[in-house]
Amino acid sequence: MELLANLGLGFSTSFTPLNLLYCLAGVFLGTLIGVLPGLGPTATIAMLLPVTFTLPPVSALIMLAGIYYGSQYGGSTTSILVNVPGEAASVVTALDGYQMARQGRAGVALTTAAVGSFFAGTVATIILALFAPPLAAVALKFGPAEFFSLMVLGLLASIVLARGSLLHAMGMVLLGLLLGLVGADVNSGAQRFTFGILRLADGIGFVVVAMGMFGLAEIVRNLENEEDRSAVIKKVASLMPTREDWKRMIGPILRGTCIGSAVGILPGSGSILGSFAAYAIEKKVSKNSKEFGKGAIEGVAAPESANNAGAQTSFIPMLTLGIPSNPVMALMIGAMIIQGIQPGPSVITEQPQLFWGIIVSMWFGNLFLVILNLPLIGMWVRIVSVPYQLLFPAILVFCSIGVFSLNNTEFDVYVMAIFGVLGYIFVKLDCEPAPMLLAYILGPMMEEYMRRALLLSRGDPTVFFTRPISAGLLALGVLAIIAASLPAMHKKREEAFRE
Amino acid sequence: MNPIARNAKDFWTGFFYIGVGSAALIISRDYDMGTAVKMGPAYFPTILSALLMVIGIISVVRSFFKSGSPIGTVAWKGLVIIVAATFLFGMIVRGAGLIIALPLLVIVSASASARFSWKSTVAEAAAITVFCIVVFLKGLGVPLPILGSWFGY
Repeated sequence: MELLANLGLGFSTSFTPLNLLYCLAGVFLGTLIGVLPGLGPTATIAMLLPVTFTLPPVSALIMLAGIYYGSQYGGSTTSILVNVPGEAASVVTALDGYQMARQGRAGVALTTAAVGSFFAGTVATIILALFAPPLAAVALKFGPAEFFSLMVLGLLASIVLARGSLLHAMGMVLLGLLLGLVGADVNSGAQRFTFGILRLADGIGFVVVAMGMFGLAEIVRNLENEEDRSAVIKKVASLMPTREDWKRMIGPILRGTCIGSAVGILPGSGSILGSFAAYAIEKKVSKNSKEFGKGAIEGVAAPESANNAGAQTSFIPMLTLGIPSNPVMALMIGAMIIQGIQPGPSVITEQPQLFWGIIVSMWFGNLFLVILNLPLIGMWVRIVSVPYQLLFPAILVFCSIGVFSLNNTEFDVYVMAIFGVLGYIFVKLDCEPAPMLLAYILGPMMEEYMRRALLLSRGDPTVFFTRPISAGLLALGVLAIIAASLPAMHKKREEAFRE
Repeated sequence: MNPIARNAKDFWTGFFYIGVGSAALIISRDYDMGTAVKMGPAYFPTILSALLMVIGIISVVRSFFKSGSPIGTVAWKGLVIIVAATFLFGMIVRGAGLIIALPLLVIVSASASARFSWKSTVAEAAAITVFCIVVFLKGLGVPLPILGSWFGY
């Protein structure tokens, strides 16, 4: 069995005391920051990224993956305890989770989330191990035209899944692509959009952009109305679900895992769509659909499982194709590039240790999540209740020092502040930053693939439509956009995001 | 009715996109366009900025026909203070060193909150400064001075 041999390799890579420690540290730090209200996984990873720079590549990525699901679980904890979801993916959990907490069942809700996440994580890791190698093998046959179209598909999908107006999201994608081109052109060496500023020759650091738009802008947005969070649940009573609870959560966890895993692979989605879909479906099929929104345990189990399954399977396009499906994966790609690894289908054959090490470490990460979080719930509750006026200066300090330490220059701190202003303007104009960040990472790659594709076709732009796989990918993307802009679907989409 | 009042989000977004798009288009004219076979540095940005302008124009035009939601309250005070505190940190961190730049960053930014109180903020500033010096300087080796060049270090 090749799979077993591969998993064995991964096991031997990740099961070293040092890598296990990094995985544990990642999960712990991720949860610690993710628990803070208003900080989603993207901001958390951007903030903690500099911590991993000094580590060897495998350890760095293992730790980052740990930070990712740690922060996601932390976000769910916040949704359940204070009804302040850190990111779109945990919005759904807040619906029933917070109601459960108000009924004094916060502990049960948190256990449900942990158990659901662990089960989903285990299944998704197996799916990842099974499907990634064949997908990478297919991708190795891709030419530049196919890669270009695949990226177009990813960007179109991110437009469909963005909140707010489709038109604004399209503009954000173009804006991101343009921003990605700032700096020296790889091919000709020409300086583009640098305005003669030497520091811009290497382009604008993606972490700087992410911290400005997700860190600073978010602080300003939260300062708009500093609502009272005195309703924080101070004590968490019993963690143990009753026999009835266990019975009720099995079905939703299974269904949530399936939905989340399937949806997570789609480019542009990640974990957000999965948790929405899982909740909606559960509400339809459940016997207790009347209880939804009033503290139904199914309403926590299903989206939490889907959420975590999607987080895991969204690694598939990233690891096999080198294409990020959401801003978190865009940050991961950035981290890989900083570590000197060129993401793409060749990672699996050229760096099998890294590839399988990450996969196996995911399972350990999920295990740590359960072991760590349930006993530490008391501590998370206390962190959640830190008042915001003390929290945001600390976030600002970590963002500033973190950004400074990327290249040891205050220039990056200024750029981050500017992107904070831009990010806040975008918030006010209903322009979602996620598609922009994705496009920002893809910009230079897309240009390069377009250049190569046109070179091979001798300047014939129809190459993108005449090669069958490329045409299929483009058609899929266009179809998604058309579907989303149809009046009937448009209404549904708005409703889904309002919930 | 005035589109700025009726659909401010679409209007200003479109306005912004047109501005950035046309600026990028003009700047790109200084670069070599190349041909489709051999794309020059201007090729891709020209396509992108033209598309961005088209989207901006559609958005502005739409704001004349379709009403939208208002922009809502803007946290001007928060925005100005947060950005100013960040810039201030960048400007003095090397000269004054962390032991001055960090407490200033905490105290200035904290004043953006309506619930600002001196007592808790000063305590927080002290705690964060110690924490950062231990973790970032000693632990992670970020090359930042505790006391900066203005003090002869």
